Amino acid sequence: MAGYNLKEVMSRPERLASGHRMCAGCGATIGIRAVLRALHEGDRAVIGNATGCLEVSSFMYPYTAWYDSYIHNAFENAGATLSGVETAYRALKKKGKLPEEENFKFITFGGDGGTYDIGFQSLSGAMERGHDMVYVCYDNGAYMNTGIQRSSATPQFADTTTTPVGKESNGKIQTRKDLSAIIAEHHVPYVAQTTFTKDFKDIHIKSEKAIYTEGPAFLNMLAPCPRGWRYETADVMKICQLAIDTCYWPMFEVDHGSWRLTYEPKKKLPIEDFLREQGRFKHLFAPGNEHLIEAFQAEVDKRWDDIVYRCGR
Amino acid sequence: MSKKDRMSGNEAVAYAIRQVNPDVMPAFPITPSTEIPQMVSSYIANGEMDTEFIPVESEHSSMSATVGAEAAGARSMTATSSCGLAFMWEELLVAASNRLPLVLALVNRTLSGPININCDHSDSMGARDTGWIQIYAENNQEAYDNFIQAFPIAEDSRVHLPVMVCQDGFITSHAVENILLEEDADVKEFVGEYHPEEFLLNPGKPVAVGPYAISAYSMEAKYNQEQAMIRSKEVIREVAAKFKEKFGRGFELFEQYRTEDADYIMLIIGSAAGTAKTAVDELRDNGMKAGVLKLRVFRPFPAEEIAEALKNCKAVAIMDRCESYNGHGGPLASEVTAALYMNRAEVEAVSYVYGLAGRDFTVETACGIFKELSEAAEGKKFAQHRYVGLRTRKGQ
Repeated sequence: MAGYNLKEVMSRPERLASGHRMCAGCGATIGIRAVLRALHEGDRAVIGNATGCLEVSSFMYPYTAWYDSYIHNAFENAGATLSGVETAYRALKKKGKLPEEENFKFITFGGDGGTYDIGFQSLSGAMERGHDMVYVCYDNGAYMNTGIQRSSATPQFADTTTTPVGKESNGKIQTRKDLSAIIAEHHVPYVAQTTFTKDFKDIHIKSEKAIYTEGPAFLNMLAPCPRGWRYETADVMKICQLAIDTCYWPMFEVDHGSWRLTYEPKKKLPIEDFLREQGRFKHLFAPGNEHLIEAFQAEVDKRWDDIVYRCGR
Repeated sequence: MSKKDRMSGNEAVAYAIRQVNPDVMPAFPITPSTEIPQMVSSYIANGEMDTEFIPVESEHSSMSATVGAEAAGARSMTATSSCGLAFMWEELLVAASNRLPLVLALVNRTLSGPININCDHSDSMGARDTGWIQIYAENNQEAYDNFIQAFPIAEDSRVHLPVMVCQDGFITSHAVENILLEEDADVKEFVGEYHPEEFLLNPGKPVAVGPYAISAYSMEAKYNQEQAMIRSKEVIREVAAKFKEKFGRGFELFEQYRTEDADYIMLIIGSAAGTAKTAVDELRDNGMKAGVLKLRVFRPFPAEEIAEALKNCKAVAIMDRCESYNGHGGPLASEVTAALYMNRAEVEAVSYVYGLAGRDFTVETACGIFKELSEAAEGKKFAQHRYVGLRTRKGQ
């Protein structure tokens, strides 16, 4: 992928039209457009989508923002639904009911609620069965569409509407589920964690690999949400950069079982730098809560060390 | 040329699936329908059909994947029973509202709890308002014949609705009976090729499926769905007429057995109709004018036709193999009494619940019900929501 050319990639035709109803400063939309830019010219796609912000904002009858064929089924079954679509493609190709030269790719998007939680079984089944598809989780760390409830992807201490900060509460008690590792343990051909940075190179390369690797692939994409995280909408790129520079969001890939770090910050920043930008962690900076930040840092360090270990094996 | 064979209901449906050779079949095992995906898998393994089988991790995913495959443009189906159907619930509604003509082979089994693997109709009856056409079979032959008719009904442009083809768990699914099987080529010709109008994999003509629709549009979608259900009645009749022309076996929305001059009619669904017919023959020999109305198509509900068929009898026993837990009768009783009222047919009607969770339904029980009907018609007062075949305190 040495030939990555930002200008060329950015000039590709959009496959998600402007005019959709997603929020200003929404990370999901930026990331999804980046994923779709990895589709090769001439290749068709069927896009799947779990119920969530993206679905209700991009396909409100009678308008659709999708240039490709698109299917939303329900909240919990994006994996199973797209596995049916992908199987239909193979069946129709086999029976000569689709022109030989037509090439379809299958990409489904789900938020962390629809992926880590309610759609977990459906995703696991689709990955295990080996469908030639890409599941992209836009992980914004809570059920944002229903109003910022905690999910198993919500970081510890986050203030959400079901883990509200109060006199007796410091926010979410539990730490995050490590879904990327869980899917990697399905031994699928390709798993990666990514987010978008200023050159969009990492997300582009990983998306292209995910789409053009035969068999199931999983992309876990950090996608900040201005409503849930409470940051200034213009700061979305900065937040992503801080997430990877603090090692809160390790950038790695697991290509046919081989773990590889794809980004190592020259200087690992303290986690406060990531937390400080977000209203959901405001309480951590109150006097007397230093130990919470220490605990957060310890968890980040532990998980980073684990990833480094796996990638160094 | 039909050929004679002996098969269970599950074998008959699997045989029909092989003949139809749908493009995609996701399925998950659950008693008593498990044999269907097993047999299909064997047919595929032996090269006797080339359907893409998806061994999904749950029934929720089997219906989700069937929805995806059908929307993509593939003729798709699945099979299940009981809790499997319950687990699909949300997807049943999605399939119907997306107007996807997929087919579900349902082998009726009771719903938990207590957990029990035997037959009653609580699974499909619970799904009666999900927007699916429902067709029930009395025996393995009907299970086979109904399954073959399901695709032309579902895929008709006037319909575009999913079809649930039901048969009684174990009673017909596992019991081996004589059956007439049709030639593969004849079945394929009858079912025809599937040509969806709009589908995800239509090159150059992308389509979006499953929108969010605000209140300004949602109600029309639901209205149109109901219109399709109304239209399906005629299509079901047309397909039955074509089936009779080709294979010689005729079907209506319901079968009337010795009802033309009947004073007392038992209205019943599924395998127990056979038992009821035997009871009617015995009672007729003893001078009672008894008859059976066997309902084949429950959705769309043939309300006017049922009222017309019942209007001249003295009393009807409405037989529910399912409880509604509403305090006054099963789902069939609610629908039939409403049909009688709406069509101004004043007939004495008694709601009976029978055969739950595989409880036997015997000729003797059926005869007892006809006796009660005659007493009711003569003015004897008793509860109109009754159970038959319950254990007594003596432990019988």
